[in-house]
Amino acid sequence: MKKIKNIVMNIVETFNLTKEFNGIVAVNNVNLKIKEGEIFGLLGPNGAGKTTFISMLCTLLKPTRGTAKVNGFDIVKQQNEVRKSIGIVFQDPSLDNRLTGRENLEMHAGLYGVPKSERKKRIDEVLKLVGLYERARELVRNYSGGMKRRLEIARALIHYPKVLFLDEPTLGLDPQTREHIWEYIKKLAERERITILLTTHYMEEADALCDRVAIMDYGEIKVLDTPENLKNSLEGDVLSLEVKNPKIFVEKIKKLDSIKKIHVAENRISMTVKNAEKLAPKVLDFARKNKIPVSSISIRKPSLGDVFLHYTGREIREETGEPKEMMKRRMRRF
Amino acid sequence: MSELEGIYTIWLREIIRFWRDKSRIISSLVQPLLFLVVFGGGFSFVRLGGLNYQTFLFPGIVVMSLVGVSIASGVSVIWDREFGFLKEILVAPVSRTSIFIGKALGGCTTALIQGLIILSLSFLIGIPISPLSFLVSIGLMAIISLGLVSIGLIIASLIETFESFGVIMNFIIFPLIFLSGAFFPLQEAPEWLKIISFVNPLTYGVEAIRFVIIGFSSISFSISLTVISVFSLTVILLGGIAFNRQK
Repeated sequence: MKKIKNIVMNIVETFNLTKEFNGIVAVNNVNLKIKEGEIFGLLGPNGAGKTTFISMLCTLLKPTRGTAKVNGFDIVKQQNEVRKSIGIVFQDPSLDNRLTGRENLEMHAGLYGVPKSERKKRIDEVLKLVGLYERARELVRNYSGGMKRRLEIARALIHYPKVLFLDEPTLGLDPQTREHIWEYIKKLAERERITILLTTHYMEEADALCDRVAIMDYGEIKVLDTPENLKNSLEGDVLSLEVKNPKIFVEKIKKLDSIKKIHVAENRISMTVKNAEKLAPKVLDFARKNKIPVSSISIRKPSLGDVFLHYTGREIREETGEPKEMMKRRMRRF
Repeated sequence: MSELEGIYTIWLREIIRFWRDKSRIISSLVQPLLFLVVFGGGFSFVRLGGLNYQTFLFPGIVVMSLVGVSIASGVSVIWDREFGFLKEILVAPVSRTSIFIGKALGGCTTALIQGLIILSLSFLIGIPISPLSFLVSIGLMAIISLGLVSIGLIIASLIETFESFGVIMNFIIFPLIFLSGAFFPLQEAPEWLKIISFVNPLTYGVEAIRFVIIGFSSISFSISLTVISVFSLTVILLGGIAFNRQK
């Protein structure tokens, strides 16, 4: 059995962390503790406040209220110490396209004061970790999207950070490249013994990578647990139906007491139910009696998407639009 | 120590990028050379205080070669912001002031390289420059270009997008050069033009360098040197403040 540490250190801890932009609350009183060594996921739709949250933790934005500690340092009062403790991969690319891969890493080593004697060795090491050692002498402008992302991950690791922030690490990448990146993230979590805080709006990503997930919506943490516990917390399966007149159907089926929660999106009705296998035939009978045609029915285990739906009442949509646009769209809702 | 290293790193990036973009080096040399050859040749009948026009023009061309490169390298921060690289720099454990200094020194160095190429042409067109004048000219060029890079950095912190880049270049660079007495002797100019030129800080840079290179000037050297030094120092400070404030 592994020796259990007496004290599990909170490598990141936020205290009522709040950020307002012209009176609009982007991050609202967030209190969060991230343990050393875990992969922590912040799951939420675009505009939920994830990037704002991370920007405060990496000292790019000043909180309106509250504060946070990263690696024991205060993000407002000890900016430089915080910066030395973290590595960050931004949502949007932040490489110099006119430099080579290796030059980008050398720049970073210089900015972070990595001792000259160690530089070459460390840069080789991180390049190998992300599989770019052979291509390091090419200009970054000739890299593919996936290669750029991997280079950014490598760059963020050069100065041996304690915490790695990954803001939407696979946004805009194709599914195959995405899984590749996941492999690299898992590998580096193992090899570099680093704490990772990643934000994503892909529920499979949070599910595949994270030890714990916090669901964020409208700047607030709605719920926080392991992906497993989150899915179990729904206490049931998801039964989905496609019908012609969902409104009428929902009105009537609400009366069945084994249905815990109903959500309608266009013609599809998703219900969280216990004993879905037994309930399904009853639901179909019910529909036939009320003369509502059902065009399809399915039963599945809940996903983090269902968890999101359960706690926020909305579906997490896989939008790939400009984050600024999304923010604007979100603001309009206020 | 780590701040110095940060300054060096940012400086080095400017140099690498400059060196890699050979077409930019050539294109920013072509314009001053065209002026020197075409204007200098076309107005060769003009004599000014015993000098031929090309000789009179030459120091102005040296300064002209600094202006575009210096301001452009300051304004290039807009590009860094647009392409995201600025974030990588801003989140590093290096102070904004050091970033500013690195950027300013980098822009200044690249401008000096351009200026030195033009200055070296003096031997080709038969203007003898003593080693001392050559050294003093380099010093003056450094002062002028540091000021100009800072102006670029101030502009960059004031505007949001790079669409306005071209407009700025046209509205600032050309008036700055044309109204600096680089092309004509100020004492012969009409009153209104004189007034505008005396307000233009670059005029004093041109005058100072002209005095050092060919011993001709409309404003006394000590005044020129003082004005251009004070001006550069002021915009460097303002640029530093603006850079510290930008998001």
